[in-house]
Amino acid sequence: MKKIEAIIRKSKFDQVKEALHNVEVNFFSYWDVTGVGNEKEGHVYRGISYSTSEIQRRYISIIVNDDFVQPTINAILKSAATEKVGDGKIFVLPVEEAYRIRTGEKGGKSLN
Amino acid sequence: MESTALFTANNVWMMICTALVFFMHLGFSFLEIGLTRQKNAVNILFKNFFVITAGLLLYCIGGFNLMYPGFEEGSMGFFKFAGFGITAPEGGMSAEYASGRYTWWTDFLFQAMFAATAATIVSGAVAERIKLKSFMIFTVIYVGLVYPIIGSWKWGSGFLDQMGFYDFAGSTLVHSVGGWAALIAIYLLGARIGKFNKEGKPNAIPGHNIPLASAGVLILWLGWFGFNGGSVLSADPELTSLTLVTTCLAAAAGGVSSVLFSNILYKNFDLTMFMNGILGGLVGITAGADQMSPIDAILIGLIAGIIIVLGVALVDKLKLDDPVGAIAVHLICGIWGTLSVGIFGAMAGLNQFLIQLIGVGIVGAFSVISALIILYTIKATIGLRVDPDEELKGLDLSEHGMDAYPDFRLNQH
Repeated sequence: MKKIEAIIRKSKFDQVKEALHNVEVNFFSYWDVTGVGNEKEGHVYRGISYSTSEIQRRYISIIVNDDFVQPTINAILKSAATEKVGDGKIFVLPVEEAYRIRTGEKGGKSLN
Repeated sequence: MESTALFTANNVWMMICTALVFFMHLGFSFLEIGLTRQKNAVNILFKNFFVITAGLLLYCIGGFNLMYPGFEEGSMGFFKFAGFGITAPEGGMSAEYASGRYTWWTDFLFQAMFAATAATIVSGAVAERIKLKSFMIFTVIYVGLVYPIIGSWKWGSGFLDQMGFYDFAGSTLVHSVGGWAALIAIYLLGARIGKFNKEGKPNAIPGHNIPLASAGVLILWLGWFGFNGGSVLSADPELTSLTLVTTCLAAAAGGVSSVLFSNILYKNFDLTMFMNGILGGLVGITAGADQMSPIDAILIGLIAGIIIVLGVALVDKLKLDDPVGAIAVHLICGIWGTLSVGIFGAMAGLNQFLIQLIGVGIVGAFSVISALIILYTIKATIGLRVDPDEELKGLDLSEHGMDAYPDFRLNQH
């Protein structure tokens, strides 16, 4: 079991979701995050120009069985890319155990 | 019979205008909240509620009788008080009271709606850092005494009126009176934390709700139909319709010139400049709305729009912090509007221009001195400004223990 975390552009979210469905990854969580980086966003407010380095992205967290790891990663790599700076990152982490609360099942079965 | 019908029509128009001026307080509230940060929204609303409620009560207690004390015919009235409370005089409800234009009650309420406006102007400029108590004390004195005394010099037939000074609906008497106090207040208060960087360059502190600010501007524009339209003081068909035409054209011209000029300077289509430009045009036409031809009104508005862009930059340059642009809109365009009566329209002339200039100077001096005395005394005693940590936390929490949007979830693009 692995946890796959990805930081992606919000504008790519729908495509990523569809790509994940296509490899039968149907359950995941996501939340909106703000980060800092090299990307600058130019603004003008009442005659004053300023830029923010605040970057808005979506953070996706997916727990999958080992045989799903590579298809999931490939799906995200393909669907989230624009080939411009700022497309995001994917992290893969080990997961010790998983339980389904309703039935008490544990391990790989609990993820399906 | 016909005169009764006319009296009724006049009075209804004046009451509609009264309601429209009341509605402007919602416009001011929306504009001020929209152009400031969400952590201070409750505080700004509270101040606006206080201004309208206290303003009405103060005007009833003494303001009206201070502003319209009935100076002796032909005297250079400076100060007179006709007593506490409002009691309609004999015949106050009949057509005889004001040549069939309105009843005494209507007169009171229409003028009362104006009174609170001066303090509302200050509220926007001092937003996000003034102590609530200090603002309330200032409001009571400024709306209760300073505004009606100045008003009596012109609208109460005092010495400015005798001199020939003209201010149709209050470019000077309302907008500049509020604007001068706002200027003194932001000078004594200092800028918000973070407004200027270490090198003294201004930072942008974007407002948190531009759609709300836009609603505020359009509501204010609508309210101006009553502010200027009602200042005809009757439903005179020719004058009211001319006034609404000049008012709307100046607003439109102010908005357009402001946004074009700021686009040339800053290479950007700045909606907040559009908004301030519209308001600048409205304030600019207010002094002579019944004296101008449509083309005069457009010229006044166009110039007001340019004044707004330069005025906002000037305030920044002077290291003053005016979150909503009240100085540029109400003070500078108020002065411009008052002077424009001597430049454009039916009253134009060097002599009139000089009288307008003297009026602006006298009202300015009195407003500045009284605002300085009141605000400096408050600063030296209970203090004018909240502590830095209260300011950073936001006045909603530190002054009210409330959030404006406790359940609000931000979902940025």
